[in-house]
Amino acid sequence: MLRDLAALACGLTFGFGLALAGMTSPTKVLAFLDIAGPWDASLLFVLGGATGLCLLTFRLILRQGRPLLDESFHFSPSQVIDPPLVLGALLFGIGWGIAGYCPGPALALLAAPNGELWLFLPGMLAGILLQKIPVRK
Amino acid sequence: MHTFTPWTALAGGLLIGLAASVLLWLNGRIAGISGILGRLLLLPRGDVLWRLLFLAGLVAGAALCYLLGAEPPRARPGFPAWLLVAAGLLVGFGTSLSNGCTSGHGVCGLARLSVRSLAAVAVFMVAAFITTWVVRHVFGVL
Repeated sequence: MLRDLAALACGLTFGFGLALAGMTSPTKVLAFLDIAGPWDASLLFVLGGATGLCLLTFRLILRQGRPLLDESFHFSPSQVIDPPLVLGALLFGIGWGIAGYCPGPALALLAAPNGELWLFLPGMLAGILLQKIPVRK
Repeated sequence: MHTFTPWTALAGGLLIGLAASVLLWLNGRIAGISGILGRLLLLPRGDVLWRLLFLAGLVAGAALCYLLGAEPPRARPGFPAWLLVAAGLLVGFGTSLSNGCTSGHGVCGLARLSVRSLAAVAVFMVAAFITTWVVRHVFGVL
């Protein structure tokens, strides 16, 4: 129960942050990714702020040994850089560089959708399913 | 034209960081959107509700920001429909394959000093920069 409420609160904060930062605007994202055009460095501040803060907090949090409301942390300790990681990152980067959407902003834009979303989002969902379903056979 | 907005960008980034921090601290979960969505799509037993609530909150949070005056993006006239679908497929498939995206690898992964995430971020950032350059300046797409 508490965990679910926490998830809701975190989602709200995350979504608000995305919209405030301008990450939900694909053209603003592309203005950062477009190194040959008029450059908008704003995204550096978004990632800098987010990652910077977490660099400080994660160290303290992980030192606790376990989360407050659960028995253990849920992530893979793997340190292996394997082909799926690299290939996946490459494909993701290409997709992101084309349209300027990554998963978070795309979902957040359900709050204020335009015609683009109804093309990108189904594509994204299909892509996820395409990758996951064969593996589970 | 996009203006440089360092303060709202930083504020938004700090909120994202705050959300990720609290999710890890309380629930022990990584705030990686592709992962949260991906595992939701496959209906894992017992792990559905918090993911649903997180993503619903994500949408609601953005909605609140727009309600308070932030301007939602407009569709780009002339942007090819097939290209949007293709971009979606690539983002969906790629983040699923690499097990992370800008939030999962970029924010959370780097923050916990994950070598895997460092590699992923390096690859997708370079890929994105090059792709945007090609799409915009070689092919002349908006």
